[in-house]
Amino acid sequence: MSQQSYRSILFVDPTQRPGAQAPAPDHFRDLNLDQVVAAVTAGRDEYDLNPFFHTPLRTLDAIAYRHEVFQDLAEPALVENVTAFARGMARTREGLSRAAKLFHAYQKKRWFLDSLRRYCDTVRGLAEGLTTVDLASRGLRGLRDYLAEYTASPAFLALQAETTDLRADLDAVRYCVFIRGHRVRVSHYHEEDDYGWRVAQTFARFRQGSARDHRTTFTDSLDVDHVEGMVLDLVARLHPTVFGALDAFCERYGGPGPGRPIAFAGDPVLATFDREVQFYLAYLEYLTPLRQAGLAFCHPEMSAISKQVAAEQTYDLALAAKLVTAGRPVVRNDFHLTGPERVMVVTGPNQGGKTTFARAFGQVHYLASIGVPVPGERARLFLSDRMYTHFEREEDLDNLTGKLQDDLVRIHAILAGATERSIIIMNEIFTSTTLADALWLAHKVMARIIRLDSLGICVTFLDELASFSEKTVSMVSTVAADDPATLTYRVVRRPADGVAYAIVLAQRYGLTYERLTKRVAR
Amino acid sequence: MKAHLLFQDRDVDPTPASDPLTDAVIQDLELDTLVAAMAGGDPRSHSQSSSGHDDFLAEVARTVLLDSLTDPAEIGYRQAVLRDCLDHPGLVRQLYDLALAGITAERGVYGGYLRHPGTILRHAIDLMQGYVVHLRQLRHLADEHTGRVTSPGFTELFATLARQLDDDYFHTVNQHLRRLRFERGVLISARLGPGSKGVDYTLRSPTSTHDSWRSRLGFGDRDSYNFAIAERDEAGARALSNLRDRGVDLAADALAGACDHIRDFFRMLRIEIGFYLGCVNLHDRLTGKGEPTCLPVAEPPHSDALSAFGLYDASLTLRVPAQVVGNDLDADGTSLLVVTGANQGGKSTLLRSIGQAQLMMQAGMFVPAQYWRARICTPVLTHYRREEDATMTRGKLDEELYRMSEIADRLRPGALMLCNESFASTNEREGSEIGRQVIHALTDAGVRVVLVTHLHDLAQSLYAQASSSTLFLRAQRRADGTRTFRIEPGQPLPTSYGRDLYADVFR
Repeated sequence: MSQQSYRSILFVDPTQRPGAQAPAPDHFRDLNLDQVVAAVTAGRDEYDLNPFFHTPLRTLDAIAYRHEVFQDLAEPALVENVTAFARGMARTREGLSRAAKLFHAYQKKRWFLDSLRRYCDTVRGLAEGLTTVDLASRGLRGLRDYLAEYTASPAFLALQAETTDLRADLDAVRYCVFIRGHRVRVSHYHEEDDYGWRVAQTFARFRQGSARDHRTTFTDSLDVDHVEGMVLDLVARLHPTVFGALDAFCERYGGPGPGRPIAFAGDPVLATFDREVQFYLAYLEYLTPLRQAGLAFCHPEMSAISKQVAAEQTYDLALAAKLVTAGRPVVRNDFHLTGPERVMVVTGPNQGGKTTFARAFGQVHYLASIGVPVPGERARLFLSDRMYTHFEREEDLDNLTGKLQDDLVRIHAILAGATERSIIIMNEIFTSTTLADALWLAHKVMARIIRLDSLGICVTFLDELASFSEKTVSMVSTVAADDPATLTYRVVRRPADGVAYAIVLAQRYGLTYERLTKRVAR
Repeated sequence: MKAHLLFQDRDVDPTPASDPLTDAVIQDLELDTLVAAMAGGDPRSHSQSSSGHDDFLAEVARTVLLDSLTDPAEIGYRQAVLRDCLDHPGLVRQLYDLALAGITAERGVYGGYLRHPGTILRHAIDLMQGYVVHLRQLRHLADEHTGRVTSPGFTELFATLARQLDDDYFHTVNQHLRRLRFERGVLISARLGPGSKGVDYTLRSPTSTHDSWRSRLGFGDRDSYNFAIAERDEAGARALSNLRDRGVDLAADALAGACDHIRDFFRMLRIEIGFYLGCVNLHDRLTGKGEPTCLPVAEPPHSDALSAFGLYDASLTLRVPAQVVGNDLDADGTSLLVVTGANQGGKSTLLRSIGQAQLMMQAGMFVPAQYWRARICTPVLTHYRREEDATMTRGKLDEELYRMSEIADRLRPGALMLCNESFASTNEREGSEIGRQVIHALTDAGVRVVLVTHLHDLAQSLYAQASSSTLFLRAQRRADGTRTFRIEPGQPLPTSYGRDLYADVFR
């Protein structure tokens, strides 16, 4: 593979890379994906990762390209290596910007030298790290080959050698400063006696355990002050050869010099990698505590044709992150659609996990579309052309007429845009009208969705929708078998019954048959 | 340089034990009265005695008293030092005063804000000059008493002082204190760190060549360059002083650290000699009213010794004008002492005196008895009947058993458990049954138990099953009903003497 073939670690086709302004999809807030992405990208603002998380991929191959990279990154040594690279590049950038800002010429030049040295070490470290692990992904194999060529190039080798030598020479410089009154003498160092040590030795016999530290914390600005600057100038004059070499180095590599801005940029392909690989690192870092808490993630089997989707032990990622932080258990659910089935209708007790289940359904599909591991043991998912969500908008609650109208306007827009390749998620529609109205409207809407053959999920209090047609599947949120007062947040495939509500209420007030007979009998 | 008067080979840990069980021991054995006497206070008058109550001495006394030694050799080490102290009480007071003067020397030296190496150094120099005076006095005191003391503790301390603080040493110290004023300039070495900033600043001893301001020309590179800050360049002067501080900082740290160590030495000396001063105070009080004391015989933990002659409650005698009644114990080989008998007949007093003597012995002190020989027991814990829990969070028996369980967490073989009316917060049958289970479990596990009880069911059943390792004692009462306050061997009797008390109160 030649250097030309590798271009991006995120896009098999780099022309698909989103522009700088890629807004979040409309459904982000409804599905709480905004929370997930905010948490994933936290602390990584400089890499501007949001456009990548906001842009679903269009082809199965583009998704597979990312899956491969994620699978390679399952090797901790590789993650560590790439993380070290990112850290090195960040510090290189910081160093160069510092070199530009400082005032004293030999400070600027030293920062420049050290930054280029760090660049070499960083690139070399990544190149070597990639050769010590088995890589299966097209992305990382391409990068490895690219780096092998780059680090063997004469230009890179020369830069590396020069920085090494120059640094060693500068590190060897020792000097003495003698201060008396206003006068200062800068001289070569001749191994004069360490007087602080001698004082400490004299009083060592009084030692009673560890001493308090009486050293002053000097506020060390990065700049030299005017005395330090003069000392530095004189140290340079005491060592003309070393500092002459530093001047020459800066001239050769676009470093700081009189009337000259810094003009070193490093390799552009590596700079792009540095940014894009953060997409993987950020997501994996986000998963770590969740995995430690026993939650599973998987690479789903994707199809752009089959709507026979299924997932085992999946869950709402945003909610799971909160629960794990609080040390609480996370309820997981399964779903599957077979044959003609297209729409899951979820009914059951309030607070029973219905909305969470709908979100989880939307999240797995969206996360799958950006090529990242999704919540669950196993999943077979559909690559849609677009995902639509309809959740209640709280701000309109005080105007019920307005709300129903708003509902209908939004649903109309969804149905106008959706195709047979779309996913539609509806949560508690038509709660703002009478039951008869709601039933009638819901039937209308459901008929449209069924006709479109879109994939979807519908959370509703209308049990009647659960048996709408052969294309709908009934799912019910459940209560514990031994204690109906306890909600399990588990949603299972089962006909809607409506009895669950009554049992929960009866139990809560101690009015079930068994309880009531005992209470009356005592 | 260490005082090491409490341990031959280590410092004492000055942190007082503080936990509910320790607090209970202090309360149950009335150790605060003992401690107050050691601190020089007189609880009878509520006014201060001649030496005055010293909170510091009280804390030291409490800390050491409750931190039992487990090795007879360590106890012997302290007993020897204590013997010297009782023979030379003047030495003890002088050492204590000197240590105190050393610690307070700091207060006489102006500290300023102490944020700059220069001020830290000047402060340390002044302070060190003060310490040198106190250290010289300490040396002289040691010289004066060498040969008069016999304990390894004092002998070694005085030898150390003579060796470490000789005249040459004081001369060297004074030389440093002069040079550290840096009147002839400061020499610092450094190398270039990141960003060409100087790092690894190290203070160096200047030689005469540094002080000659002629720039010399070598054969190769120049060896030095000079510059000067203009008189009116205030920023430059500040920057120069910062640079100078980098070097001075290291000397300031070294000298200020040395001051800390010397102060810590005086602090440790004050703690250690303070304990013995407390012993001298207590000894004066007890012998002053004619009560006997003795240096006890501490037997190793695996022995089963327990015998006493004229054992009395030191806290009690400190609070009453008359001498108190002593008891004899002949309990070698016993693991359980059951004390029964008349109310207010001296049972609690006996229990307290056993606990006090045990702890005082294990602190290296004399004990309130004419003779005391016992195995070392650690820990010493108490379980006394308590008033109702004020917070009402627990029922009475619940509270009692909770405390017993806390104690059980702490007990281990070889411990001493002093029980006073335990298991009495429920009816006799239940209390006795719980008591039997607990007492048998403890003694079988190797804990020595002294049980004061009026639960006859419990006492009687223990008597019925008693082996040679159980000793039964009974508070005595004369035929006319008056008490002797002496406790003597005797089996439990079915009636308590509550009616006597009733008669006494309702007469």
